[in-house]
Amino acid sequence: MNMTLDIVILLALILAALWTVMTRSLLRSAIGLALVSAILTILLFRFDSPLAAVFELSVCSGLISVVFISTISLTEPMTMKEVIKHMKDRLTRFWYLPFIVVIVGTALSLLDIRLNIKVPPAETQKDVREVLWNMRQLDLIGQVTILLAGVFGVAILFKEGRKK
Amino acid sequence: MTAQALSLFWPYCIFIIMLVIIGLYCMLVTYNLIRALIGLELLIKAITLFLILAGYISGHPVMTQALVITLIVIEVVVIVVATGVVLNLHRQNQSLDVRKLRTIKD
Repeated sequence: MNMTLDIVILLALILAALWTVMTRSLLRSAIGLALVSAILTILLFRFDSPLAAVFELSVCSGLISVVFISTISLTEPMTMKEVIKHMKDRLTRFWYLPFIVVIVGTALSLLDIRLNIKVPPAETQKDVREVLWNMRQLDLIGQVTILLAGVFGVAILFKEGRKK
Repeated sequence: MTAQALSLFWPYCIFIIMLVIIGLYCMLVTYNLIRALIGLELLIKAITLFLILAGYISGHPVMTQALVITLIVIEVVVIVVATGVVLNLHRQNQSLDVRKLRTIKD
């Protein structure tokens, strides 16, 4: 595995995450989040997890961005006066973040930590479809239940809205 | 491959901790509901990366992939329901600022 390339990708991930949090516009934040997902997809591919990477790209980078952008477009934008007031307020709260990230990153990289992890013996490689459908059936039932709960939740939320 | 990957575990962990800090800071400092959800998303991304890394190092990437797929499904449902709640709150308060939420009571 080429570690230098991984570090470059991880740095890009951190920079994209910082931009997502620091940028003033909510729309840019949503786009930044999609960028973070896209960069994470590259990392997942590199860590031998192609199926999870495809899910990350299609669902997180695609669907969740659409959900966020739709929500932002359905809410009212701020007036110019509010924007100016908000900018000063935001700057006082958010300017610490890059410094905290850099300081924590530097401090952790200077620590010589050797994790004593006992790695279990690697099994014979199974197909992810076999694991998902045969070994983790309870997970699938949980997923279907959560999806149904989400559908009912959204249905109830918008039904209440219509009544009012 | 696995022994080599194990020695590389800590450098990757540093970046994961940095991503967790960014997500937590965003959630703690912001007053905007949508931005708080974006912070939550960043936290979930850090956990996703950590799980996949753990699977790669332990030599069981297939098992962690199945877990991450479940995580992504839960993530989507949480975000969709949360944005629904945010939209309804905005409809009632005409604001996304948590300091202006006064109608949650009763």
